[in-house]
Amino acid sequence: RPGFTMLARLLPGKKDLFIEADLMSPLDRIASVSILKQHEVDKLYKVENKPALSSNEQLCFLVRPRIKNMRYIASLVNADKVAGRTRKYKVIFSPQKFYACEMVLEEEGIYGDVSCDEWAFSLLPLDVDLLSMELPEFFRDYFLEGDQRWINTVAQALHLLSALYGPFPNCYGIGRCAKMAYELWRKLEEEEDGETKGRRPEIGHIFLLDRDVDFVTALCSQVVYEGLVDDTFRIKCGSVDFGPEVTSSDKSLKVLLNAEDKVFHEIRNEHFSNVFGFLSQKARNLQAQYDRRRGMDIKQMKNFVSQELKGLKQEHRLLSLHIGACESIMKKKTKQDFQELIKTEHALLEGFNIRESTSYIEEHIDRQVSPIESLRLMCLLSITENGLIPKDYRSLKTQYLQSYGPEHMLTFSNLRRAGLLTEQGPGDTLTAVESKVSKLVTDKAAGKITDAFSSLAKRSNFRAISKKLNLIPRVDGEYDLKVPRDMAYVFSGAYVPLSCRIIEQVLERRSWQGLDEVVRLLNCGDFAFTDMTKEDKASSESLRLILVVFLGGCTFSEISALRFLGREKGYRFIFLTTAVTNSARLMEAMSEVKA
Amino acid sequence: MDCYTANWNPLGDSAFYRKYELYSMDWDLKEELRDCLVAAAPYGGPIALLRNPWRKEKAASVRPVLDIYSASGMPLASLLWKSGPVVSLGWSAEEELLCVQEDGAVLVYGLHGDFRRHFSMGNEVLQNRVLDARIFHTEFGSGVAILTGAHRFTLSANVGDLKLRRMPEVPGLQSVPSCWTVLCQDRVAHILLAVGPDLYLLDHAACSAVTPPGLAPGVSSFLQMAVSFTYRHLALFTDTGYIWMGTASLKEKLCEFNCNIRAAPKQMVWCSRPRSKERAVVVAWERRLMVVGDAPESIQYKQLTIQVLLDRLVLRRLYPLAIQICEYLRLPEVQGVSRILAHWACYKVQQKDVSDEDVARAINQKLGDTPGVSYSDIAARAYGCGRTELAIKLLEYEPRSGEQVPLLLKMKRSKLALSKAIESGDTDLVFTVLLHLKNELNRGDFFMTLRNQPMALSLYRQFCKHQELETLKDLYNQDDNHQELGSFHIRASYAAEERIEGRVAALQTAADAFYKAKNEFAAKATEDQMRLLRLQRRLEDELGGQFLDLSLHDTVTTLILGGHNKRAEQLARDFRIPDKRLWWLKLTALADLEDWEELEKFSKSKKSPIGYLPFVEICIKQHNKYEAKKYASRVSPEQKVKALLLVGDVAQAADVAIEHRNEAELSLVLSHCTGATDGATADKIQRARAQAQKK
Repeated sequence: RPGFTMLARLLPGKKDLFIEADLMSPLDRIASVSILKQHEVDKLYKVENKPALSSNEQLCFLVRPRIKNMRYIASLVNADKVAGRTRKYKVIFSPQKFYACEMVLEEEGIYGDVSCDEWAFSLLPLDVDLLSMELPEFFRDYFLEGDQRWINTVAQALHLLSALYGPFPNCYGIGRCAKMAYELWRKLEEEEDGETKGRRPEIGHIFLLDRDVDFVTALCSQVVYEGLVDDTFRIKCGSVDFGPEVTSSDKSLKVLLNAEDKVFHEIRNEHFSNVFGFLSQKARNLQAQYDRRRGMDIKQMKNFVSQELKGLKQEHRLLSLHIGACESIMKKKTKQDFQELIKTEHALLEGFNIRESTSYIEEHIDRQVSPIESLRLMCLLSITENGLIPKDYRSLKTQYLQSYGPEHMLTFSNLRRAGLLTEQGPGDTLTAVESKVSKLVTDKAAGKITDAFSSLAKRSNFRAISKKLNLIPRVDGEYDLKVPRDMAYVFSGAYVPLSCRIIEQVLERRSWQGLDEVVRLLNCGDFAFTDMTKEDKASSESLRLILVVFLGGCTFSEISALRFLGREKGYRFIFLTTAVTNSARLMEAMSEVKA
Repeated sequence: MDCYTANWNPLGDSAFYRKYELYSMDWDLKEELRDCLVAAAPYGGPIALLRNPWRKEKAASVRPVLDIYSASGMPLASLLWKSGPVVSLGWSAEEELLCVQEDGAVLVYGLHGDFRRHFSMGNEVLQNRVLDARIFHTEFGSGVAILTGAHRFTLSANVGDLKLRRMPEVPGLQSVPSCWTVLCQDRVAHILLAVGPDLYLLDHAACSAVTPPGLAPGVSSFLQMAVSFTYRHLALFTDTGYIWMGTASLKEKLCEFNCNIRAAPKQMVWCSRPRSKERAVVVAWERRLMVVGDAPESIQYKQLTIQVLLDRLVLRRLYPLAIQICEYLRLPEVQGVSRILAHWACYKVQQKDVSDEDVARAINQKLGDTPGVSYSDIAARAYGCGRTELAIKLLEYEPRSGEQVPLLLKMKRSKLALSKAIESGDTDLVFTVLLHLKNELNRGDFFMTLRNQPMALSLYRQFCKHQELETLKDLYNQDDNHQELGSFHIRASYAAEERIEGRVAALQTAADAFYKAKNEFAAKATEDQMRLLRLQRRLEDELGGQFLDLSLHDTVTTLILGGHNKRAEQLARDFRIPDKRLWWLKLTALADLEDWEELEKFSKSKKSPIGYLPFVEICIKQHNKYEAKKYASRVSPEQKVKALLLVGDVAQAADVAIEHRNEAELSLVLSHCTGATDGATADKIQRARAQAQKK
């Protein structure tokens, strides 16, 4: 119980607890308010930039090791000092304390006034196949700021998993961060040699993947139910707040979404277009179950009431919730011309009607539909097109600044640095040279030359990758979303998620062999690795179990796609992600917001 | 059977003993032991002999000589004693030889005669000299107790952690006590001394007279006392030839014995066979040995653990033997072989006559990557011997880069420490090194170092962003990173500055930086923002209301909503707002105002660049179907069906769709056909479809 280890770190006696917003949902999952009350937590406060009105004699802070949090705590403590007040303060860092934080406490003159502790909580099981590190900041810290602080945390998490499930006989990965995390983890394993030695592996494969290997998938609108619920209502730590429009009452309801919710379990991976039909069928079945009462005698009725009624009622409750959610989604999506949006996205993915899509995006910006959505579409255009042509790059940015404010100059600077929104530059005129060169010399030499070029301008090469990996399925007739034939169903049959395709291909080959060109196009020449050990000890059952590690977050669509792949190929996937993400979260992480 | 008992001799009435040689001593002793100070270490440890300890002549030939032998008499070391006269010798628990000099200085030597250190037993001793000294062992370590010429005792209970304790005066003590010893009770060292017929117990607070229970009368002097190794038992030998044996607490008598010898014994010690419960006191005179025993002893002697045994072998540099034992006993590598090799390596680095390369290579060859061997520990030892270069070489073999960092910092190799910290992947460690470097280097060098280490640079930048904004600016300046400098000032323009002049100035600085970065787009956008800020300020002054910090779009919208259409137009022109945006903007604002008249006027001002469907949509959104219908007729043919459906004219929508022969439109209309009213329309569509299919 991770909750207990946190509670044990609180100051004894009555106290107020300050929690960082990011940690609220995880804490809520493992220690409810009533449990906190039992541990003499009087009031709960969110750590934010406001003076706290706590009157308690003891204050505990549960925070991420961030400087801005230290300054907040310092402001509180120093205000107390000015007021001549003495209280007990304790800072609990999760998952670990950083030296920089202690230094700030010292610089602010309160190092001696507070006690520090760590709560090394790093893995939260959100579902039977989903583990989250609940580190949404990983994405910005690493992919934007180049800050590697969390890589060690990932390595520790892997270390913990291998301690629990034995060594991983087959390891694959792609991305700079994946490689670093993997190597750090190996070092940890070597240092504590002997612990996992000789243990039979339970997880046959592990696959590490950087988010920046595939931004496209994460930027697409989600149309599988779970993803759509996330896009619409935001699932936090595996639970969602359904508002009055869903619950059809005047109250909001917090609902845990996982495999235990039988209704949800059946529709989570379904394309949204099937969900309504499925739910109404389910409703009819339920009605039939209820109707069975009519012909019952007393004994049967007694049985029915004691054994089935509760389950039926529960199912009834869940069913009406999900129907409410569907209605609410439909209402919102039709309002914003969801079909048009999806059409544009598909056009971008397939690479046709680029002018039309660009105008659509422009209109989107002009109409101030949503700053985050506009940004997402711009990024999708940029990545699928290998950067915007200079004219569009300038005009779209100008339009965006006019609509949403000048501070987004910084947002654009961020997006450029992360490679999400770039301008086609001189790097692309090289493409012509490059293709000529590649005709003249062998593939390998061409690869080297191209590597030299790509260090000048890192390009997404999406179109070429898409062709290589066949990401856009050929359409012959209607794609039957009820009976999906490939992973593309998670995007209405229009696109196979790149990340999932890579995983599929590598697992099929048990290596990167034959994927050199793809790896090169992904700019991951040095960061695609395979490591096979101890294969002989792995049982065939364990070889069916695959741990996929997403560094920088994964989306529910990717999870659904891989669950589908698992069913098709007889694999079972387990997901470990730094956080569950979606397009809005990615864009928000890159956005500059005025405080 | 005779042969088995042949060498057993009777001892008293009921016991027999036999003598046999375990091994012969290898030494070749020429002098009488009586001329030497002798100290044998416990547990079969080494034996030290100091010849002629009292000779003060300067001539080398008669100078005292210190010899150290193993327990079997193998010479380990021999050195000329060049220091002052020695009163007493003794071995510490760590097998260090403590030589107590007359002047109170204690010289400490290793097993191989290597000088380790020295310490003094206090200033008082210097004057009064040391008359007698004892080295004793307690659970805390080994201690030294001395008796000075002023008949005062001073002791230190642990020479490893030297704290001198001067014991209280013994009242009326005018001469040397006839005998004394150190007792250890309740974790405190005491001194028991005999003066004439009296016994005194000294602790650090007081001196108290004690009387052993059941002591036979008539004693006028105690000639000898002995305490057992465990400090549990005490034996006293009186001038009446009587031996008292009891607990060291002096609370209980165990037995007594009258041996009728009144001469003072040369030596009296407690002894016991290993694992035997019998205990006895052995008393020795010049030509006589007496064993006085009693009932079974209740304690067992603690045996040497295997770890201690290995430690002792290591101390004797018997590395191969130690390793063989480890292998024989199948000890885990970390506790066994690795540990011994690490000790060996630590010894190796002290061989100053071997070059750094050779030592490093030799160590690496032997150790390889044996688990449990810490190269950084060995390197630390090398550094301790003043061999920094060797330490660095050895650190190279340390597989855990993080482990290398603390020593590198200590050796002031901070830049190397930085690379190693980065290698370790531990950002916290990197940050620690950065702060070291920051204090150690001047700013320019520090920045240069960062520049070559991108990972450290981004880490430090993150820190500065929150804690040292000025440093962040300096970092960008140093790198001529004008793009980031521009961004820095943009942020400052709304986060740090409050007055409008300050904000504009920050933006100007940003614009300048962007020009330097050749980012014309950003520079121009920044200049636009400066203009907008100034204008917003003027609008607030002239019109009231809130304009500052609105986007351009929102500024114009606010003007329209406030009825300042002229101003809005002007602004749109000044900032070259594209037509499309202006139309969307006006459309939305006028609909929000529900100013339908103005909207209609606007719609007719020229041909709409965004078409007329948005007009229909926005009227419907505001629930005004009447107004919506006005625009439906002006919608372009491609969007007409959509528009007609929006205003609820399903029948006409059907006609248009049929006219267009557009299947998608037909299905769209069909999906809008609900209830009986649209029944005819639905039929019409189906007929049209059927017809289309015939063709």
